[in-house]
Amino acid sequence: MSEVIDARGLSCPQPVLDTLEKIEAMGTGKLEVLVDTDAAKENISRAVQGKGWAVASIDEEGAGEYRLRLFGD
Amino acid sequence: MNNFFATRKGIVAVGLIIGIFAALLQYLGNPGNMGICVACFERDIAGAVGLHRAGVVQYMRPEIIGFVLGAMIAAFLGRDFRPRAGSAPIVRFILGVFAMIGALVFLGCPWRALLRLAGGDLNAVIGLAGLIAGIWIGTLFFRKGYNLGRSQKTYTSVGLLMPLVMVGLLLLMLIYPQIDGQAKSGVLLYSLKGPGAMHAPLLISLGVGLLVGAIAQRSRFCTMGAFRDLILFKQVHLLVGVVALLAAAFAMNLVLGQFNMGFEHQPVAHSQAIWNFAGMLLAGLCFALAGGCPGRQLFMAGEGDGDAAVFVFGMIVGAGFAHNFGLASSPKGVGPHGIAAVIIGLAVCLFIGFTMRKKA
Repeated sequence: MSEVIDARGLSCPQPVLDTLEKIEAMGTGKLEVLVDTDAAKENISRAVQGKGWAVASIDEEGAGEYRLRLFGD
Repeated sequence: MNNFFATRKGIVAVGLIIGIFAALLQYLGNPGNMGICVACFERDIAGAVGLHRAGVVQYMRPEIIGFVLGAMIAAFLGRDFRPRAGSAPIVRFILGVFAMIGALVFLGCPWRALLRLAGGDLNAVIGLAGLIAGIWIGTLFFRKGYNLGRSQKTYTSVGLLMPLVMVGLLLLMLIYPQIDGQAKSGVLLYSLKGPGAMHAPLLISLGVGLLVGAIAQRSRFCTMGAFRDLILFKQVHLLVGVVALLAAAFAMNLVLGQFNMGFEHQPVAHSQAIWNFAGMLLAGLCFALAGGCPGRQLFMAGEGDGDAAVFVFGMIVGAGFAHNFGLASSPKGVGPHGIAAVIIGLAVCLFIGFTMRKKA
């Protein structure tokens, strides 16, 4: 069961900040992040890769919402 | 296809294009080291519609109109037009007001600070230092849980309001075009001298605005974000775009004979270092707290963000106050009440930053 961050509706840099805080607290594991802008999707993908985590998948859910599945090992 | 402009090469390309065209716009008539200045140009628009009566800075700048409409078109083509609104709009308005006041104490937005530096104006180094210091203070608030809350999805028509306003301003400009030697054409004011009288041809300005608006929307180009991401996340993605802008404008200025290094006698600038620093400190903090530099706010407004649109209107109204109340600087130095306004603005930002937090 992944942990989930709902970053929908949050403006820059909040989605990235919340995601990085979470993965730093977790160290390793699985995390899902919900976002609703392409900018947040791109920024989170870029940021977590810089921390050694990977983006396993990005699924579009409904109109313009994305679920990013992240993992770090 | 993935979004090319969101890649490293993409953001560099965007920075280069903005730098090249900004220098060219100066060559074609825009004021010195002001090929593109979002703060200055919004201030000129405020003057064109009579929100202030500073006769030297009144012109309906087509670049700004193009930024919003170009971003809107790119957002629709890229399928990321996202109508949204409702994240503390009143706070964004106030931040826009003081962002403009701070920028007009320095005499330029972050884009112009880069263009001033690219033209050899060393006062810009001090302004950029102030900008970075302001952004750094903003990151401290973010680390302490500062958060303006979520926006809500809304009707497409809400997201279209800002682009429609820009279409309206463009129509006004076409209905009441500039008449040689006249300060007024219908409802619009036009400067006869000063920076407001200096401009590239309308269609060129509009075309560059549309192009820059489109590529900046795709790339999320943001000068404030460049420094914020460096400080907050040690990320240089946006910063390389900013450096590319600076390098391209510098090279173009050398080619076009627009480079003149020094502190004194720089175009539309003063050399009161403390207030160049403090003005941009205030502006940088406002941009950080509002989540985008003035350019980025225009592009977000174009892609449907009603809160960014409110920030833009805050800046335009702020320009009215800045000139009506003697807060804006001039080449002679700071305005009679500019210093007081910067201090009040910083106090307001601290109030916002300290009190609008999710965490204890």
